[in-house]
Amino acid sequence: MLKIVIWTVITVTALGLVLAVVLYLVARRFKVEEDPRIDEVEKVMPGANCGGCGFAGCRAFAEATVKAASPDENFCPVGGNDVMAKVAAILGFEAKAKAPMVAVVRCNGTCENRPRINEYGGYPSCKVKAALYSGDTGCAFGCLGCGDCVAACSFGALSMDPETGLPVVDEEKCTGCGACSKACPKGVIELRGKGPRGMRVYVSCINKDKGPAAKKACAAACIGCGICAKTCTHDAITVADNIAYIDFAKCKLCRECEAMCPTGAIHGVGFPKPLDKDAVKERIRKRNEAAKAAAAAEVKKEVEA
Amino acid sequence: MKRTFSIGGIHPHDSKISRECGIKPLAIPGTVYISLSQHIGAPAKPVVAVGDKVKVGQVIAEPGGFVSAFIHSSVSGTVKSIGPRKDLAGNPQMTVEIAVEGDEWLETIDRTPDLVTAIPEDGKEIVEKIRLGGIVGLGGATFPTHVKLMPPPGSKCEMLIINGCECEPYLTSDYRTLLERGEEVVVGAALIAKALGGVPCTFGIEENKPEAIAHIREIIAKLSASDKAYSNISVMSLKKRYPQGGEKQLIDAVMHRQVGSGGLPISVGAVVQNVATALATYEAVQKNKPLFENSVTMTGECFPQQANVMVRVGTPLSFIIDSLGGIPEDAVKIVSGGPMMGRAVANVDAATLKGTGGLLFLTAAQTVRKEASACIRCGRCADACPMGLEPFLLRKLALAGDMAALEANAVADCIECGCCLYSCPANIPLLDIIRLAKADVMKIMRARAAEAKAKAEAEKAAAEAKKSESNG
Amino acid sequence: MGKLLVTPSPHIHTKDSTRSLMLDVVIALLPAVIVSVVFYGWRELMLLGVSVGACLLLEWAVTRFMLKKPSTIGDLSAVITGILLALNVPYTTPWWVIAIGAVFAIGVAKMTFGGIGQNIFNPAIAGRVFLLVSFPTYMTTWSQPQGLFGLDAITGATPLGAVKEGLLAGSSVQDIMAAGGYDYATMLYANLGGSAGEACAIALLAGFVYLLCRRVIKPWITLSIFATVALTSLIFWGINPARFTDPLFNLLTGGLILGACFMATDYVTSPMSAWGGVVFGVGIGFLTMMIRYFGSYPEGVSFAILIMNAFVPLINMAFHQKKFGRK
Repeated sequence: MLKIVIWTVITVTALGLVLAVVLYLVARRFKVEEDPRIDEVEKVMPGANCGGCGFAGCRAFAEATVKAASPDENFCPVGGNDVMAKVAAILGFEAKAKAPMVAVVRCNGTCENRPRINEYGGYPSCKVKAALYSGDTGCAFGCLGCGDCVAACSFGALSMDPETGLPVVDEEKCTGCGACSKACPKGVIELRGKGPRGMRVYVSCINKDKGPAAKKACAAACIGCGICAKTCTHDAITVADNIAYIDFAKCKLCRECEAMCPTGAIHGVGFPKPLDKDAVKERIRKRNEAAKAAAAAEVKKEVEA
Repeated sequence: MKRTFSIGGIHPHDSKISRECGIKPLAIPGTVYISLSQHIGAPAKPVVAVGDKVKVGQVIAEPGGFVSAFIHSSVSGTVKSIGPRKDLAGNPQMTVEIAVEGDEWLETIDRTPDLVTAIPEDGKEIVEKIRLGGIVGLGGATFPTHVKLMPPPGSKCEMLIINGCECEPYLTSDYRTLLERGEEVVVGAALIAKALGGVPCTFGIEENKPEAIAHIREIIAKLSASDKAYSNISVMSLKKRYPQGGEKQLIDAVMHRQVGSGGLPISVGAVVQNVATALATYEAVQKNKPLFENSVTMTGECFPQQANVMVRVGTPLSFIIDSLGGIPEDAVKIVSGGPMMGRAVANVDAATLKGTGGLLFLTAAQTVRKEASACIRCGRCADACPMGLEPFLLRKLALAGDMAALEANAVADCIECGCCLYSCPANIPLLDIIRLAKADVMKIMRARAAEAKAKAEAEKAAAEAKKSESNG
Repeated sequence: MGKLLVTPSPHIHTKDSTRSLMLDVVIALLPAVIVSVVFYGWRELMLLGVSVGACLLLEWAVTRFMLKKPSTIGDLSAVITGILLALNVPYTTPWWVIAIGAVFAIGVAKMTFGGIGQNIFNPAIAGRVFLLVSFPTYMTTWSQPQGLFGLDAITGATPLGAVKEGLLAGSSVQDIMAAGGYDYATMLYANLGGSAGEACAIALLAGFVYLLCRRVIKPWITLSIFATVALTSLIFWGINPARFTDPLFNLLTGGLILGACFMATDYVTSPMSAWGGVVFGVGIGFLTMMIRYFGSYPEGVSFAILIMNAFVPLINMAFHQKKFGRK
């Protein structure tokens, strides 16, 4: 009996030793020499492998960043400045801070605003739908509502609102990786600066049709009237192709454009108080009058001189 | 043993319920909207201005590139506007709007009914007349015909095939054209054959149209008795099978030759033209009448007034529908073209194009897709695919986003005939997914080809520079 | 006429559905079911009921409570599994044994892989083999049937079992055959004493012909199994008729016809292409004969199909459709 036990122990031990040696040799033979910093960088990455940085995953990002001349060439939108600071520390650089970004749905074509004239019955994918026709409503630019963006989001930050038929961004979860923006065949989703304390103003429409056509298709369309651009005192708004665009780097969040927009296409979000449109309009009117008066005085002065 | 193509195919019920409806001209609408993108290739460039008076047959736009075509006014009247207008998919296209005043044709157009059978001696002259006539392939792809008739150097056409399969269910306009205007179609075919260098010509017609087969045979016999130019035209009766009217499938059926992947029919010595194209060729060459009207099948079980109507290009779909009793109550979908490859109409105010072959009205029971269930790996999609692809595999690869494997499994060969989706017992939207993957893969392939070409050119330039250096 | 429906082409669809295909298989199995009930009596009907019921109930429960997806029992594939399982066991099997088999077939062999279309192994065969190794006594106690019209139950061996035992005891094939009094003509319509579904070759073949006519399956897999079994046994029998049984005997006995017509041709667990099917069939035929001649079990169809099921992904990778215009 004892003999059997002893022999078993000896056999198993010997087998273990032999295999350990084999494993060691194999590991030595096939070892790949790698920059150890790649592993270190990968460790500090968020590990979501979302591809928001433009690389296939966190490992690929780490490889590229280690090889790159400066860590500023690549940016991990998910980890943001914190992660990039850590990456920079590993690689011995100083990272430049970037403003945090968030996905913004630039379409307000809710079922109410945008009456449906067609119904889609194919594979539920915006990409398939976009290749087939312009969409279920008179608007050929807006959200198609099949949720490609929702499927593209690896952070669960997007969901379709069944009531409006539009995607909703959960700002807490959104990392600004831009996967949704790339997935949208209509280019409805834009990455915008998150803004101070999440406050920002944007034009929630990308309809390039002329005013009347856009208005006919959707009650909340930007009609390219340009009132916002005229109102803006910060030179942040441009109108091109019948569509207004607010440059978030220049916007000072005064919300005057929002108050003046005739169709309600300009949205302000994240503000603590709702917008008092009349008060803002009154303020603008007074300012314009003052400006007019000043201009008249100027002219008068010139004439007198 | 009747001939047919060698791989795949399906047998949907042919539903040719409008087969006894003769082609009748439709009234001219008050306004026509003539799109400038009625063909594959570059959109045409308008040559008229707002306020211009135009006559029927007058050129209103000229080709915007090599692969492009002339566009003629289909009515007489005044140009109201030139600008974007929504097509049947709701996408804006540059469109010339013409308010109709009377029906005044260009004097050059021969409006007599006499059949002109004499074939011009010069093939080039025929091609030029086809080009000036704005003729495009009316089988569905609307590829400019004159481009097809100018084979690239080094290739030689051996046979012209006239596509009379009309393998799509429901459509009957080609069948009616063969029956009612067979003489003109045969002369048109002889003209195209002459333009290709006097090659033999074969009509490929499916066996479910025996009257058309007999009629065309009779006409050929009659014409060839007096004119030798018609002696090498023949008719081949083909087994009924979809998609026999596909260019590659038809060449395989008639000539037993398979066009290679990415190749053109001319690479196996064939040129395929549709019946309606042959008719348009006859009119353009013998009668100086450019392509501005075409026959449209109005059909569907729920559509009360089955009809084949001759409509002017640019007639709003809603005008045609309304003049035949309006959209039936129980129709949920209107398809422009046949039920297998036609496009669903999203905008009934869109106007007809040169290639509009039919409007099909389908009820919910006929067309609403059932919910997809799991793939049971029955392999019916692979059996049905006329290109020998494996749709179940392509779908899996497409969902996984594996572009390299998609290319290796020949997704670019897909002709989008719809056999896979039609035959799937689990109602899986195979083609929806594969079509998208095909577009993505084609993009990659084109980018790669362009890159390779640029590289080769750069190398050539460098080599030449070197050469001139050493010479100098 | 409200909103226009817009979908990508094609706009029409075949009338065939997963359900209609499965229904065709059920119809094709009916002759065999009827014959087995006539031969083996109400007990066989009870087994069929328990088996089908257990399969349906389990599939419903798994989709409803574990996968939380809409139930898939409407596609009738579980019915086929249930029928095949019941036809694959002796009619004397206790009801709880076949219920366990059904639980294994649906619960383990089918639903753990993700349900219909995802399973690697044919559920009915997996269930049968599970029972064969778990309850060998019940599964190999073959009784001459009582039948609807009364006959005393006699415990006996199947022809294949008798040959195996006889060979082990040292007699020659000819002697065993003579002793057993096996008559090929009778075997064709009343091959009694085996699994219920093996009773009548004619009924099974009628179902197979129905499936072929309805274009539900293609004949290549089945025919290549038959051809391989016939060829392999012909060679061995030709070499030594005293040691090896003859081709006709091998074609007609055991579960070969049931397996080749209904179980090897299962869509999910067989190769997609025609040539792949031939390779699959040749593999099943060859393995079956190897197990029958040299294995310790008298019958090998189930094992052969299971083994070849595992090769299907490889076969699918190796055999592709011939592509148009490509070499």
